[in-house]
Amino acid sequence: MTADMTTELGILVGNKWKKPPFVKRAWLRWLLIIGAGLYFIAAIYSIDVNWSRVYQGLDRGGAFVAAFFSPDFTSRWTDIKEGMTESIIMTVASSVVGILISIPIGLGAARNISPMPVYMICRGIIAVSRSLQEIIVAILLVAIFGFGPLAGFLTLSFATIGFLSKLLAEEIETINKGQAEAVRATGARWTQWINYGIQPQIMPRLIGLSMYRIDINFRESAILGLVGAGGIGATLNTAFDRYEYDTAAAILLIIIVIVMGLEYLSGIIRARVQ
Amino acid sequence: MLKLEQLTMTYKTGDQALKSVTLEVPAGQVLALIGPSGAGKSTLIRCVNRLVNPTSGKVFLGDVELTALKPSGLRRERRRMGMIFQEYALVERLTVMENVLSGRLGYVGFWRSFLRKFPQSDVDEAFRLLDRVGLLHMADKRADELSGGQRQRVGIARALIQDPALLLVDEPTASLDPKTSRQIMRLICELCEERDLAAIINIHDVALAQMFVTRVVGLTAGAIAFDGTPEELTPDVLTTIYGEEDWAETIEEVDEDDEDGDGA
Amino acid sequence: MPVIDQNGQAVWRRRTTGQSMVRWFGWLLGVAVFLWCWNYISEATTWFFVWDAPRIADDIFGRATPPRWSYIDKLWGPIWDTLNIATLGTIFALFMAIPVAFLAARNTTPSALFIRPIALLIIVGTRSINSLIWALLLIAIIGPGVFAGVVAISIRSIGFCAKLLYEAIEEINVIQVEAITATGASRWQVMAYGIMPQIMPALAGIAVFRWDINIRESTVLGLVGAGGIGLQLSSSLNTLAWPQVSLILLVILLAVVISEWVSAKVRGAII
Repeated sequence: MTADMTTELGILVGNKWKKPPFVKRAWLRWLLIIGAGLYFIAAIYSIDVNWSRVYQGLDRGGAFVAAFFSPDFTSRWTDIKEGMTESIIMTVASSVVGILISIPIGLGAARNISPMPVYMICRGIIAVSRSLQEIIVAILLVAIFGFGPLAGFLTLSFATIGFLSKLLAEEIETINKGQAEAVRATGARWTQWINYGIQPQIMPRLIGLSMYRIDINFRESAILGLVGAGGIGATLNTAFDRYEYDTAAAILLIIIVIVMGLEYLSGIIRARVQ
Repeated sequence: MLKLEQLTMTYKTGDQALKSVTLEVPAGQVLALIGPSGAGKSTLIRCVNRLVNPTSGKVFLGDVELTALKPSGLRRERRRMGMIFQEYALVERLTVMENVLSGRLGYVGFWRSFLRKFPQSDVDEAFRLLDRVGLLHMADKRADELSGGQRQRVGIARALIQDPALLLVDEPTASLDPKTSRQIMRLICELCEERDLAAIINIHDVALAQMFVTRVVGLTAGAIAFDGTPEELTPDVLTTIYGEEDWAETIEEVDEDDEDGDGA
Repeated sequence: MPVIDQNGQAVWRRRTTGQSMVRWFGWLLGVAVFLWCWNYISEATTWFFVWDAPRIADDIFGRATPPRWSYIDKLWGPIWDTLNIATLGTIFALFMAIPVAFLAARNTTPSALFIRPIALLIIVGTRSINSLIWALLLIAIIGPGVFAGVVAISIRSIGFCAKLLYEAIEEINVIQVEAITATGASRWQVMAYGIMPQIMPALAGIAVFRWDINIRESTVLGLVGAGGIGLQLSSSLNTLAWPQVSLILLVILLAVVISEWVSAKVRGAII
């Protein structure tokens, strides 16, 4: 196997080999690398870390971690119980209302089954709901409706609509057309068509997504209290303010356990409907 | 050169894949392992390089007892055994060249391989092998852009760059069309001859096996049922290996017909 | 599919009587629970304020428009901080999520009995708790500022990224890994050549997806003092400076739209 310089092999042998770069154009590649490097330096540099403060905080951090092993459920139990009940109630009520409203909006936002004007309106509602954050909506609603779980309930319902309608609409847009057409061909009316041609195809996904959203609603309900919209967040905030880490740890543990429980439950339900 | 002594493999499920198999392969011999699906062919070659650990029995490569090796020693010995897979088993998102060079992983350190800084001798050898299997112009293509036959050639180059003494070949043609199958088999056997390699080739296709190898071993239900030359494979023998069937057709095919080289 | 014999005629029904009873009871229970929840919310609400809400909303809207455009000069710094919190937070989170994911995936974990449960616990623990709560906690520990925000976002993102990543790892093609192992590669080389190339697209997708979410989350971290544009929002709300609030909300809205556009573009380029 001697290589002479005229063949392709002869030219390649003895030369260095490099992996072909991900970005083909050299100038663009260097621009991206240098740009990313400069950004990274600038970003790190602009974070003002008070290391002595961090160092002092290590003790408190240790105390907090330790608190997880000896959480205090008892001394503020009434507050915790009330906050948790309120969080759960907000979760249940807002999930029910949110899911019920999402279904018609989801149908309306699916291009393959709804007329253009309806589609535009429904997509508009979804866009507004998705781009506004829960906590910001909660602030505005608290300003308008006053403190309490009503603002939280409305916030979560509103957020549920954006989340669920969008995913539902996408699901409807990818359904099997043949099945839906077969039902239409029998002479079914629009409502019958939805009921027999569309609903069976999207039901498992709708149930799965709803379970997932209930999970999210519960997690979100834990922070709405920070801005006065009800739930466990207020209790948690107070616990942090008073440096009562053992109580805070207790609340966080309850949240984690409930989230795990919900995930387990939704796993079972999703497995059953599929 | 390769010696199996009473190799037994029982899976956790209780399936006994190999029942006390004893086999010796001298240096430079190409051996075809035939047998029905589930006879333990794949398990046998996976036990040799210990991708699967045998339950009992011994495997010797030269005078090294593979079955007694610790992980680091095993990695060193694996370099001497190139493996070629049924589904090619290329890392699809890496380029052809990276796939070939991955055969040298046992020889270079982690950081060199991670940064793709392989020694120049390895790079040259990779180019030569790619040229030999006719894929030099594909070196910088991604593996998933290649056709089945081309992928298998890359798989062969990857096994050979290890500079092995033994090739373990698992159903190299099962995913290929008949013509490409022959080309690939021919390529493997030619390369074994060029480099004086021993090989164990698992293969379904009896006719194809007879065409290229000098020794055939038949495996049935984890035990050796036949060991001889291709000419000794009579319908009676095939019946003991595979069960009752009309075998005349299968064997007649043996005469070499289409001789069209292996340009892809 | 029960068929019931009624006066000599076979009548098809979707469910048996027992099944439909159970279903009706289930629905009844659901409605009762909902009504009870609603009753609780209703009792905790001062309905006078609610009836007054349209007037108040109108009043706030009146005060908030037009936004105080000149205030934007004071927002560039916070916007930069917000971007940094999200980006650095995502990068740090990925660095921590990758090892956690390898420890949590069934096919790469060194010990399914001891290490995997710990990795799963890290994933569930960090995922269940909102970044605002992490921020609260970190502010109590290391003091207010952008740094607390970065750490809060990273911690919250670890579980999210690690979960998606370990699912991707469990779905890889084992034969490719086997082939690399058979060449005599070391454990780390198998990871670099056999596993990493297979999960790279998933990793990139997850990173961009999470970055988009983190931009949203970092805009509000300032509400609890963890830096970014939320700080300005919080102080404007406290001083009832509604024209500033409306400007900040517009900026946040724009940021969210841009980040969603960027992440969609990048994901499209990767896949």
